[in-house]
Amino acid sequence: MAFDYDKYLRPGKLPHIWCPGCGHGIVLKGLLRAIDACQLEKNRTAIVSGIGCASRLPGYVDFNTLHTAHGRAAAFATGIKMAQPHMNVLVVGGDGDGVAIGGNHFIHACRRNIDMTYVICNNFIYGMTGGQFSPCTPTGDKASTTPYGNPDPTFDIGKLAIGAGATFVARTTAFHATQIDKLIAEGIRHKGMAVIEVLDDCPTTYGRRNKFRSVVDMMKRFKELAVPVAKAATMSKEELDGKFVTGILHREERPEYCEQYAQLVKRAQNL
Amino acid sequence: MAKKVALLQGNEACAYGALYAGCSFFGGYPITPSTEVAEVLARELPKTGGKFIQMEDEIGAMASVLGAALTGVKALTASSGPGISLKQELIGYACIAEIPCVIVNVMRGGPSTGMPTGPSQSDIMQARWGTHGDHAAIAVAPASCQEIFSETVRAFNLAETYRMPVQILLDEINGHMRERIELPEPGDLEVVDRQAPPVSPDQYLPYDPSFGDVPPLAAFGSEYRFHVTGLNKAADGFPTTKAKLVDAEERRQIRKVEANRDQIEKNEEYMVDDAEILIVAIGTISRSARHAVNELRKQGQKVGLFRPITLWPFPERRIAELAGQVKVIIVPEMNLGQMILEVERVIKGACALHGIGRVDGEPISPSQIMDKVKEVY
Ligand SMILES: Cc1ncc(C[n+]2csc(CCOP(=O)(O)OP(=O)(O)O)c2C)c(N)n1
Ligand code: SF4
Ligand SMILES: [Mg+2]
Repeated sequence: MAFDYDKYLRPGKLPHIWCPGCGHGIVLKGLLRAIDACQLEKNRTAIVSGIGCASRLPGYVDFNTLHTAHGRAAAFATGIKMAQPHMNVLVVGGDGDGVAIGGNHFIHACRRNIDMTYVICNNFIYGMTGGQFSPCTPTGDKASTTPYGNPDPTFDIGKLAIGAGATFVARTTAFHATQIDKLIAEGIRHKGMAVIEVLDDCPTTYGRRNKFRSVVDMMKRFKELAVPVAKAATMSKEELDGKFVTGILHREERPEYCEQYAQLVKRAQNL
Repeated sequence: MAKKVALLQGNEACAYGALYAGCSFFGGYPITPSTEVAEVLARELPKTGGKFIQMEDEIGAMASVLGAALTGVKALTASSGPGISLKQELIGYACIAEIPCVIVNVMRGGPSTGMPTGPSQSDIMQARWGTHGDHAAIAVAPASCQEIFSETVRAFNLAETYRMPVQILLDEINGHMRERIELPEPGDLEVVDRQAPPVSPDQYLPYDPSFGDVPPLAAFGSEYRFHVTGLNKAADGFPTTKAKLVDAEERRQIRKVEANRDQIEKNEEYMVDDAEILIVAIGTISRSARHAVNELRKQGQKVGLFRPITLWPFPERRIAELAGQVKVIIVPEMNLGQMILEVERVIKGACALHGIGRVDGEPISPSQIMDKVKEVY
């Protein structure tokens, strides 16, 4: 039976703002399948975002939804989770939102290992503002503010999250649609900070400038360059150059922040 | 029964006032001279089951406060100088999304790092205008430690009543000075709690103007699900660019303060009935001014003090009235002329106006005010 997305979509809020062929819609569908698989109760779930095309996602879905300011989603989400640890807290946003302007909040949410699921839609570009380069734009690529090619080195969001202390880190792509929901669901079930990076496409501002003539070309790229974790383990560093390792990149058990805080409260009250 | 008394620093009194008001969440980032507010709450909140979090910066602190406040709790942050500048974008978010919260600003000089340990009143205009766009503002400026306690409680009440951020302006002097205060018992001071929406979840619209200028706010995690955005929005909370709706919403958010000035404004008048000279001062400097008034009265000068306790909205009607009565108004303030601009705007030339500004890290003394009175009158 086909999945019933309407169960989670807010009536009357479609059509969405995304361009035809934008990858963010694929992430939206994956997220809803994951939420369904985890049977999250709508009233007990908050979905928080920043600003950008990806960050418009919460407006379409029927939960407690919070469209915050550019880069601040993780910090708002931290306040919600701290105040109401029984709530399921998810964050959705773009690469620029999450690891440029929001980088500080992102790394500290990872460090605290606070129980939230952060889905970061990495389309390698600032889509909403018309295609300026982001910290995830590949070096050499064209953006509206890198007309001669991007001189900046590129962030590896997975490594950043692992280095900062996230206890569940995964990556997939918009081409691997069925893997999106599986990884997000794993992330939701994981107790602690879960980061799921989804490489997706922005045909309008990134593809157009970088010789991807169609969305199909961009999807082909994801298909060709994705290397599952198990296979990557057998490959040399040189062979992996320019590839995207996909799957669960990191998983560990470490005390979760709100649980640690609950212990602290007990200590304070037994003074 | 005798009241419990305590010797408290202003910043500590602020923290205890917050607890009295029912604050159960603090998100902050350390900065002098505000840090004691955080330190007291780090110790006390866990004892009451409340939450304290030290965030990675002031922007994060403000964001955490807004996230928590949306779940129905009373939330506080405290900062100074550069930290308040960093909070500005999200103060605007709290205004447009109409999220109740309280922000303590223990003012220090600037711009930039300025004089971290020196007193100042240079955020008078920042408290009014410190975010982009049109917005209403409520700020209180208590003078004594006792009043810092009670005004902190009132700040939470105003935030909940008008569904907006409220700022408490202290300065390095009254934030750090210690005074004996009587600790109010539960029930002594009014505590306003957020009202649950009077309609069922399927009827609920988070910005429904048919409820009046302050629509009730539900809580995330309750059976009311809703959407919050910093974009201009319609009654249902979803973005709109419809000219009529945007205009009506922006005006409502300003009107909810303007139309309720009588409930929000609070002033102290001291010896103004027959005054020919009026001193308008807030916070710490109002204490110097009061001293100066007493001394000058002894010398037969008809001097009075007008002290805005609610600084914003500015008590424009009363000051305009008094300008018709007195010959001179003097505005001493620890900055180079901020509140005087507002006084000038409201008195419309009805009397003479003089300022005393000071930014060298020293307070304005009573004798400085007395000298000014003698110089101009
Ligand atoms: C403080 C602030 N700075 C800049 C902007 C402008 N801005 C809006 S969205 C955006 C970039 C969004 O890029 P990303 O997060 O990657 O999301 P995408 O649009 O690509 O999905 C920028 C720079 C803003 N809204 N706020
Ligand atoms: S500009 Fe790019 S990211 Fe934004 S909606 Fe269009 S395709 Fe998607
Ligand atoms: Mg992007």
